[in-house]
Amino acid sequence: MIWQLDLLILTLVVLCGIGAIMIRDLLGAAILFGAYSFMMCLLWAIMGAVDVAFTEASVGAGVSTVFFIAAVYHTTRRTKD
Amino acid sequence: MEAVLNLIIEKYNYWIYITLMMIGLYAMIAKNNLVKKIVGMNIFQTAVILFYVSTGVKKGATIPIIEHGHDVAHQAVRAADYINPLPHVLMLTAIVVSVATLGVALAIAIKVYHRYQTLEEDEILEQIREL
Repeated sequence: MIWQLDLLILTLVVLCGIGAIMIRDLLGAAILFGAYSFMMCLLWAIMGAVDVAFTEASVGAGVSTVFFIAAVYHTTRRTKD
Repeated sequence: MEAVLNLIIEKYNYWIYITLMMIGLYAMIAKNNLVKKIVGMNIFQTAVILFYVSTGVKKGATIPIIEHGHDVAHQAVRAADYINPLPHVLMLTAIVVSVATLGVALAIAIKVYHRYQTLEEDEILEQIREL
């Protein structure tokens, strides 16, 4: 585990997480959540959990983002907070 | 003082997991929009999974695939050379469960939207009170 890369990606994960809940647009929140999931996948690849990283890349960053975008498409992008 | 500082620096990854967990908890409790609450729930879940996976990491170890797999009977397998794969396997299940809960939660959010024409919690509660 390379600690510089680990720290950098952990910072990006926190930033993406804060961005995903702060942005005032649900489509933007869905995209930022996809970025968050992908950063999480990189973090697991760094930690040597390659099987978990594969699953997260396909299921977390792929399917979850598609679910969120489908839900936003069926409802509304508007949000107050 | 120095001991406390060392604790913070050595365990920086654990502090960031706690931060992520609290971001998720804040979103679930304080946010007004249902989809934001669901995003918060997912952030909380991934933070817990991240904590469990990080407990399996060892210094100087490689990924949990046995070297010389074909003639493994002649050589002893040293567990210290491999990252602990048990948390990985458990968390693989947790990721699949988290996607299932996400699907159900979003389906319920879509149903709620079709009934009340809004995703905001306070507007939904107002409409329920008026009925």
